[in-house]
Amino acid sequence: MARILRVNTRNKKVTNEELTGDYAGLGGRGLTSRVVRKEVSPTCHPLSSQNKLVVASGLLTGTNAANTGRLSVGGKSPLTGTIKESNAGGTFSQKLAKLDIMGIILEDKPEPNAHFQTLFINKDGAKFLEIPEIAGLGTYDASARLFEQFGSKVGIMVIGPAGENTRLASSIQFTDPKGNPSRAAGRGGLGALMGSKKIKAIVIDSEGAKAPEVADKEAFKAAAKRWAEILVNHPVTGQGLPSFGTSILINIINEAGTLPTKNFRDGRFDKAADISGEKMVEFINQRKGVAKEGCHAGCVIQCSQKYCDEKGEYLTSGFEYETVWAFGSNLLISNMDHIAMLDRLCDDLGLDTIETGTTVAMAMEAGIIPWGDGQAAIDLLKKIYDPKDYLGAIIGNGTSFTAEAFGVDRVPVVKKQSLPAYDPRAAKGVGVTYATTPMGADHTAGYAICQNILKVGGDIDPLGKEGNIEVSKNLQIATAAVDATGFCLFVAFAVLDTDDALDTIARLISARFGINFTADDIGKTGIEILKDEYSFNRDAGFTLAHDQLPDFFINEELPPHKVKWDFTAEEMQKAKVEI
Amino acid sequence: MKIQVSCFATLSKYNPPDGYLEVEDGATPAHILDKLSIPRDEVKIVFVNGQNSGKEVVLKENDRVGIFPAIGGG
Ligand code: SF4
Repeated sequence: MARILRVNTRNKKVTNEELTGDYAGLGGRGLTSRVVRKEVSPTCHPLSSQNKLVVASGLLTGTNAANTGRLSVGGKSPLTGTIKESNAGGTFSQKLAKLDIMGIILEDKPEPNAHFQTLFINKDGAKFLEIPEIAGLGTYDASARLFEQFGSKVGIMVIGPAGENTRLASSIQFTDPKGNPSRAAGRGGLGALMGSKKIKAIVIDSEGAKAPEVADKEAFKAAAKRWAEILVNHPVTGQGLPSFGTSILINIINEAGTLPTKNFRDGRFDKAADISGEKMVEFINQRKGVAKEGCHAGCVIQCSQKYCDEKGEYLTSGFEYETVWAFGSNLLISNMDHIAMLDRLCDDLGLDTIETGTTVAMAMEAGIIPWGDGQAAIDLLKKIYDPKDYLGAIIGNGTSFTAEAFGVDRVPVVKKQSLPAYDPRAAKGVGVTYATTPMGADHTAGYAICQNILKVGGDIDPLGKEGNIEVSKNLQIATAAVDATGFCLFVAFAVLDTDDALDTIARLISARFGINFTADDIGKTGIEILKDEYSFNRDAGFTLAHDQLPDFFINEELPPHKVKWDFTAEEMQKAKVEI
Repeated sequence: MKIQVSCFATLSKYNPPDGYLEVEDGATPAHILDKLSIPRDEVKIVFVNGQNSGKEVVLKENDRVGIFPAIGGG
């Protein structure tokens, strides 16, 4: 039976617990948010011993159903002070599932001068190891060293210097099938939470473990076959994402006039073509990179890639639209190699690329470095390697902190988390999500770009108000449920357009556990998760006043459509599940 | 009249040479698709001046038309 590994980081005790009571039947975001709701005081300091870092694989992770290998990481966010679930790819989750571990809870906190530890987990149990050589290293060198010690087949969860120094923009990185730590639980500063527990890395080895069996093999096989068909047959998941990666969005979001440019001053970037997915693929082909890769085995969509520099040397992978935007049009940088280097630096330092891009925008607003200067941005980020560098310390702490440090008043954040790559004034459905999700500004929590721009799952005017609250609410519920299963969120493009997709998912879950799970139960799962999250935030002191975008979106017109943000916080309460 | 036309992703091969197309008054995006011989089933989204106005709207001089296949990401 699936279990939870409870790890006390102070006395180094590890216990195994069954998933019963409040935790029975939960996985992924369902489990991380429930544990945080039940076990973490909402008012605690996020870096204190009261907070917990929770890692969970999804309900379907470890099976051979396509795209089920994603991982949820949760806690009280050091960046926002809200509850947080951050979702990541990489090989870690499937190995966890193979060991029949549904979740890991890191709790308590070592003494301030304690040394960083590595937690090693295999079929025989878990143990703390001190590996002084990796302390202070970037995630690339640290994981290379860990692969040397534990073999190339392990999965690694690791923080970089940013997380070790509890910087608020820090991520947790995960190794991909090629061993690169380029997959991230990026949002919400969870790297700082891991750093506060003095855990540098968790290494997982599933060799020799016997994976848990699905309850009804025949039914599962049939449902998994239909599921793969659904993904492969849809033009977005079957063709668009594999061919061009997520940066295929740059051109269409630019055409739609909602590509945030120069810290959300314009909806179009005159050099968008230079940073587009089409351009990226051109470079990849010239330089012998790889245009399509999966972040875990069993991904049939394969939106990732290997991006090489001019000399043909590996530079980065998992190089996504959000990152290209954050360091590209947002900063007026149009040199793809500079943007790729900034992505690499973030992965190595262990920083959220979205948060860090918008932070560099604050430095540009303040005149610390010039707009559009990619090399200056690279030099700025490198300062974060040095724990004693004060400018590096400021930048590593994210957008809101940096804006305060330099007196910038144009700060694109909700609940202190920075807005991602769609201007909410010209994509109002996703704007409602930014304002109301329990996560702080987050596009993945209710990706209404589907209906606003891409015409997937409906067609709702991005510039008007009608339908945008409802679509955001429905998507927030559906997304929470998807995040409980271990599915990659990109399956949603196919699910929204395919009649029997929800039934197929319900059949997979039913057959996996030998229960009767219906398409209706998927919605109920999402609602339960959101209730845990909203009630945590309420008890942490979040109110209606926090559910709004910054003033400049309300006061300034966005070119080219000349639109302002016009939803009130009261109106948007309807997008939230009632507690 | 002159219309600015861009075709993206898998449709980029249909781009008019200098990014502009000469069409008759009263032309619509549907005419442009025909003129460039773009198979209708490969087209998911057509923007006119950044808005999803459908394929039958009547174009004006210097309008900007964007033509896309099915696209997703995030
Ligand atoms: S589609 Fe992309 S993000 Fe999703 S599982 Fe595949 S490689 Fe990972």
